Amino acid sequence: MKIVGRNLLRKEGMKKVSGKAQYIDDFSFPGMIYGRTIRSSIPCGEVAAIEFKFDKKGFTTLDYRDIPGKNVVALIEDDQPCLVEKKVQHQEEPILLLAHPDREKLLQAEVKISYKQETPIFDFEKSPKVFKKILIEKGDLQVGFAESDLILEGEYRTGHQEHLYIETNGVIAIPENGGITIYGSMQCPYYVHKALKVLLNLPDEKVRVIHVETGGAFGGKEEYPSMIACHAALLAVKSGKPVKMIYDRAEDMAATTKRHPGIIRHKTGVRKNGELTAVEIDFLLDGGAYATLSAVVLSRGAIHAAGPYFCENIQITARVVMTNTPPNGAFRGFGAPQTQFAMESQMDRMAEALSLDPVKIREKNVLKKGLTTATGQVMEDDCSALTVLQEAVKRSDYYRKVRTYKGTNKGIGLSLVFHGSGFTGSGEVYLASKAALELTKNGARILVSSTEIGQGTRTMLAQIVAETMGIHYEQVEVQEADTNLVPNSGPTVASRTCMIIGKLLQRCAEEMREKLGKKSPKEYLKKYGPLVITKQYEKPPEIEWDDEHYQGAAYGTYGYECSIAEIEVNPIIYGIRVNRVTTAVDVGKAIHPILAKGQIEGGMVQGLGYALLEQVEMKDGKMTNSQLTNYIIPTTCDTPILDVVLLEKSYRHGPFGAKGLAELPLDGAAPAVVNALRILGHDIRELPAAPERVLESLLSRSNIDQRALSIGR
Amino acid sequence: MELTVTLEINEKKHVLTLDSRTTLLDLLREELHLTGTKKGCDHGQCGTCTILLDGKRVNSCLILAASADQKSITTIEGLSSSNSLHPLQKAFISHDALQCGYCTPGQILSAAGFLNEPWERTTEGIKEGMSGNLCRCGAYPNILTAVQEVLENQKLLNPQKASHS
Repeated sequence: MKIVGRNLLRKEGMKKVSGKAQYIDDFSFPGMIYGRTIRSSIPCGEVAAIEFKFDKKGFTTLDYRDIPGKNVVALIEDDQPCLVEKKVQHQEEPILLLAHPDREKLLQAEVKISYKQETPIFDFEKSPKVFKKILIEKGDLQVGFAESDLILEGEYRTGHQEHLYIETNGVIAIPENGGITIYGSMQCPYYVHKALKVLLNLPDEKVRVIHVETGGAFGGKEEYPSMIACHAALLAVKSGKPVKMIYDRAEDMAATTKRHPGIIRHKTGVRKNGELTAVEIDFLLDGGAYATLSAVVLSRGAIHAAGPYFCENIQITARVVMTNTPPNGAFRGFGAPQTQFAMESQMDRMAEALSLDPVKIREKNVLKKGLTTATGQVMEDDCSALTVLQEAVKRSDYYRKVRTYKGTNKGIGLSLVFHGSGFTGSGEVYLASKAALELTKNGARILVSSTEIGQGTRTMLAQIVAETMGIHYEQVEVQEADTNLVPNSGPTVASRTCMIIGKLLQRCAEEMREKLGKKSPKEYLKKYGPLVITKQYEKPPEIEWDDEHYQGAAYGTYGYECSIAEIEVNPIIYGIRVNRVTTAVDVGKAIHPILAKGQIEGGMVQGLGYALLEQVEMKDGKMTNSQLTNYIIPTTCDTPILDVVLLEKSYRHGPFGAKGLAELPLDGAAPAVVNALRILGHDIRELPAAPERVLESLLSRSNIDQRALSIGR
Repeated sequence: MELTVTLEINEKKHVLTLDSRTTLLDLLREELHLTGTKKGCDHGQCGTCTILLDGKRVNSCLILAASADQKSITTIEGLSSSNSLHPLQKAFISHDALQCGYCTPGQILSAAGFLNEPWERTTEGIKEGMSGNLCRCGAYPNILTAVQEVLENQKLLNPQKASHS
């Protein structure tokens, strides 16, 4: 292959290094004014009175009564209002919108809202309102426990995680042609399109959504841009002017979605030799105030809860509940980081209890060709759980390091995870995504709604097309996602862009190549006129999924990753330094190895933040550390040596064999670090493993010599 | 209060009358439409808005434009000459030292300032020296490689200067 597998220059690299790439706040339109959201300051209750304490002259002000269509941010359940009518369900909930040409005047405008307060629900274990429940059953748990030599229980907890894309959420709404045009930072232009149609009661063609260069997303710009676009659109419609809304950092952190906090309880039956006989998991998620994407986050988390292991007898119960906190949402990994942190911790605890080697207990249980997952999906040739495990062990020199670190403050730990590529279950069938390829006089133009958010969409898709058509990479252009110009390729989420959309484009390119025959694009266009080839997702016949019983092929395929973390604990302050992470990851085919590695490295950095640093502090349902001085994310100094090995177990329905990859490191980072701590005697069951938790783990150890500890401190 | 300042921005002199509260970042972006410099937090916490002020790197969101009177400013738009990129820009492209690109102008300007500062020319020194610039995409390993490459080339071109620093 000439183009696929090569490290070609990123399509938009030049623009990004020269400052020419335009993000939403860099745009300006004639007559443009600025929008602001007035939000609730209580977690639960009713709005009693609203008092405008400024001269409204020159301002556009509006509330829910100005909504022409339905007052919802249309997504799945349609339970989240665009603006509060009376009932407030969480802090920072949007109530009113203001706009003014002068930003200073806008920020100074004071609105006093009084409330009738009600008792909020914060403790998600006690929430009576369940958004979604899932039950996955395989075999017979009782039989499994009866066959076991050891039954081990464990409870694991994870907290919120903030996306902290460096570019905050922002859009510009322009009223035009009797409808609305939105420019914005986003992952999913057609989600925004759908939400605006419902909100404004407009037909398809009156809503246009244009994606502009997006400064990071990670799931945080999956559903939230619909909200901010709805707000800006309402202001634009009412004022008749273009409206720019850009959140400042504190607003973005406090008001927008986060990773769902979770509690995962395990009860596992295992034989002396390490073989799993029964896996019982109860998985609980805090959804926040509205359903948003919680049901699907729960689904992915539950399906991945038993990890890449085989067991005859599995029961997974899962539910996501309501609390009076800002809705939690999509974040890279989407439920799987929570459950696989628990499973991988449980695996190491079992190894410890049975005096087995963490590698051996995994080797004993890994999924292999012919074995089935918790949902009964039969593994095929491209199942590589064992391969990535063995490769990472070898590459990291694991066993030698286990020996040399013994008795020191250094530890080494591993995790083995998998991640389903594409939408869960019948998701891809419902999406029925389309991709198109247009012949240009120099080559071809890609028409998809899949967005470039840093992960390399443009570059990688262009490589697939160029390789398939037998033309140069430079001959392939990528149309910016604009709902007037590109078909609906579904959302840019779920590690699906390369595998699903890349495959559709490969099919487009194959047909275009055939049509062209020996003609050049120029000759073809001259003789036959314009050529656009569109392809739609077709389900491979063997992918069968039963939504009702959670049985069958949950995903077309899975990526696999083994991460081995080497850490060092500071014996005085219990700070943890990660020195090296070795990661072996099966991506099916690396279309662009540097981009692929970049995704693994970047995801690993975010995952290390999740493991060690990132902690959202909530008080009265409000994030109190909504700035970068006290919500800490990794810097370059916190980034260890990252040794990434890409393995390619080809998936037959992926373009050139490619699978999804970019969510894997979020699943694997935290358990690898926590398992390294476990080897050092720190039994951490809650993320992040902040110094105070490491200290607590030390204090709770029964065998600790308290005097030695006090001397050590 | 309004006042008048004289600034040399990307080698061009500007005489500007502005509100005394205007930050350099807002001046560049909102008044001069030099939008290559990005706003990440507006509180000096992320490094995204890094520019060079008299050759030294600063967070432009923390500097009042009024206090920069008579000083020279380099932004990402002024780093390259008309037809060639700065070695750092080239290295960032060739090592793919970026993903979403939003922190990239700040990373590059920060690295440009770093090259003139007396940090240890070691991996740890570069990391420490670049740790004020957050990259949530986590492109840090490639950013490190890009900066290392420019340092190496600098040594080759000018061994004496490198040994001083």
